[in-house]
Amino acid sequence: MKNQIRQIFHSSKFLGGFCVMIFLLLLMIVYPLFVTDDPLEMIGQGNFFKPGTYISVTDTVDTDTYTLKLDNVGARLESKISVEDRADMADWLEKFGGVGISQIDVTDAEGLIRLWEQYYSKDAAQDGLLISKKKYYARLDKKIDGILEDTDLKIAAEDPETGDISIAETIPANAYVNTKDIATKRTFILGTDNFGRDVLTELASATKTSLMIGLVAGAVATLIGLILGLLAGYVGGFVDDTIMFVTNLFTVIPSFVLLILISYSVGESARGVTLVATIIGLTSWPWTTRSVRSQVISLRNRDHVNLSKLSGHSLFRIILTDILPYLASYVVMALIVQISSGILSEAQLSMIGLGPATTKVSTLGLMMSWAMTYSAHLNGAWWAFLPVIFSIALISFSLNLMNIGLDQVFNPQLRD
Amino acid sequence: MKGLKKYYTNKLVWYFITFIVAVVLNFVLPRLMPGDPVSGIAARAIQGMTDSTAIQKVYEDYIEKFGVNEPIMTQFVTFVKNAVRGDFGVSFSQYPRPVSDIIKSSVLWTIALQLPAIIVGWFLGNLLGAAAAYIKGVFDKAILPFFLFVSNIPAFGMATILLSIFAINLGWFPKGGGYGFDLIPNQSWAFFKSIIWHYQLPFWSVVLITIGGQAVGMRSMSIYELNADYVKYSRFLGIKDRKIVGYVFRNAMLPQITGLAMSIGTMIGGALVAEIVFSYPGLGSTILSAVSGRDYPLLSACTLIITIMVLLANLFVELIYGVIDPRIKAAQQD
Repeated sequence: MKNQIRQIFHSSKFLGGFCVMIFLLLLMIVYPLFVTDDPLEMIGQGNFFKPGTYISVTDTVDTDTYTLKLDNVGARLESKISVEDRADMADWLEKFGGVGISQIDVTDAEGLIRLWEQYYSKDAAQDGLLISKKKYYARLDKKIDGILEDTDLKIAAEDPETGDISIAETIPANAYVNTKDIATKRTFILGTDNFGRDVLTELASATKTSLMIGLVAGAVATLIGLILGLLAGYVGGFVDDTIMFVTNLFTVIPSFVLLILISYSVGESARGVTLVATIIGLTSWPWTTRSVRSQVISLRNRDHVNLSKLSGHSLFRIILTDILPYLASYVVMALIVQISSGILSEAQLSMIGLGPATTKVSTLGLMMSWAMTYSAHLNGAWWAFLPVIFSIALISFSLNLMNIGLDQVFNPQLRD
Repeated sequence: MKGLKKYYTNKLVWYFITFIVAVVLNFVLPRLMPGDPVSGIAARAIQGMTDSTAIQKVYEDYIEKFGVNEPIMTQFVTFVKNAVRGDFGVSFSQYPRPVSDIIKSSVLWTIALQLPAIIVGWFLGNLLGAAAAYIKGVFDKAILPFFLFVSNIPAFGMATILLSIFAINLGWFPKGGGYGFDLIPNQSWAFFKSIIWHYQLPFWSVVLITIGGQAVGMRSMSIYELNADYVKYSRFLGIKDRKIVGYVFRNAMLPQITGLAMSIGTMIGGALVAEIVFSYPGLGSTILSAVSGRDYPLLSACTLIITIMVLLANLFVELIYGVIDPRIKAAQQD
């Protein structure tokens, strides 16, 4: 036994999968220790805020400023003049400004603006240009002037008694604050979702819930499969025929269909996380039954089992001491497969709206489902769905890798 | 030929029994619900409905469909009779459209998408697995592990990734639907082109995730066969390598075919959810709208149709298997 475990950990595939799994588990345990916020707290007002650090604007104004001699006009131009605007500007310069196309470089905002300031005139003859387009160019010109003007920003304060507004503070254009000085800020490493919840915090708790679902579903399926497989394989005869008949039925009837029917029948009010996990387990046992049965059949006529039979040991004892230990590796492998397919089933059920009907916890499937309902993928809000997909893929990849490693240890023929 | 006939009769009878059980389950499961099924489902169905005639119709339809006052056997007979005639009642979410009409318009989309995708994925997977086992090198060390990782991405995840890369960021393919929203289904060239255009992303998202799982199975089967005694013996006899490899892969293929039959159900489940991401007009999207519209007749008809499709596909694979594997014929002749 000890030797086998050592052998398992020598398999690079098992070790790889194992490390990823441990990493995920640690992340789920460690992360909540540092970030103690409620994972389902709706912080953002509005949906899909970009990943990044959010700093309170009022506090920024109140914080001590530093003067930095930096050219902030260039950076501001770079970020505030969009690609479409630049293309339009280049277009105008080429058509009406008489600038050669080789001189224009759209990627260099400063150079483009210099050309623009030099050649653009509102009153130039712009033949063939729509009035709306003409007005658009005039607006754009004004906007650029606003950015180029490096004037101070004035902050007004209202007198509470008279209602007069006076200048309270003047902020020079080259005043900076240190983000460390600002107390009120919040970093969303993966942005927020459609409800304004912090995706990363939610993801950590959802992964935990999903793993639990996988574990419960896997345990239920493996238990049923093990018992039925042992009975069918060892007892044989009529019991075997009956069990195999039912098993074959449920291997062919798609479990997805049964899942949908049962989940719908149970009704929304009863559909909690545990119940969904149990339903998944109840519909996915046939695979395990089949493989356990075929293993038991090959074990049934071994000498040690016959010896045990001759000694008059009970059926229960023979199964427990003479057959189960030889099955252990298969059962573990079957459990691993069931866990990863359980997580996937939950996600699929949630996508069609039959997942756990709960607002208390989040699961990977529910996160994915909400992201799709609010069209995160069409809005370019990758942070709402990519991490979820990646988590599911990583969990099932690590589990499968462990399984392949185990398989190679216990089936020497497969070794390279 | 006598052996094959026996094999076929056995299979046909077996699938017929499975079919009956599936129909019974479809009938029984919703009736096992705690409480009165009619008021339970009907209450869920009419939530948000304002049209009083429609509500009245829903209740009447349910009472008629379920026939709760009659004994359970009579209910079952009515259910089967209606199902055989293709009468699944009236949809609640798309009232007054009959369910059979909705199913009819979506089932072809699903078959046309999933059948080729699964077959192509299975074929490419086996090719890759065989290459990984025989040629090794880059196939075994790079391409197979890559597809193995990809195969762990759920179908809907792959769909979302492909959609956001190729449709939204690059704009090469449409963002969803089965055909251009500005077209009316007809037999013109433009419509056909639009269908092909919309077909690519859903098709490849199913193919890509199928390859890995099939390849790894084929690889281990091929390695197993390549080490078999008959291969060594044939090499001793000096039979050409190409000929031996032909035998090896034929033998390695056989369990893969059974594997395909057994996993069709799982694959279809995943691919149905991928349809939702692309709002493809197939059964997956219909199931979603049935669930969100609390449309019980539609949902139950969808599950029945999917079961029948999977059973037929399985039966077809097993019938072909009888032709390909001579051992089956031999076993039946004893």
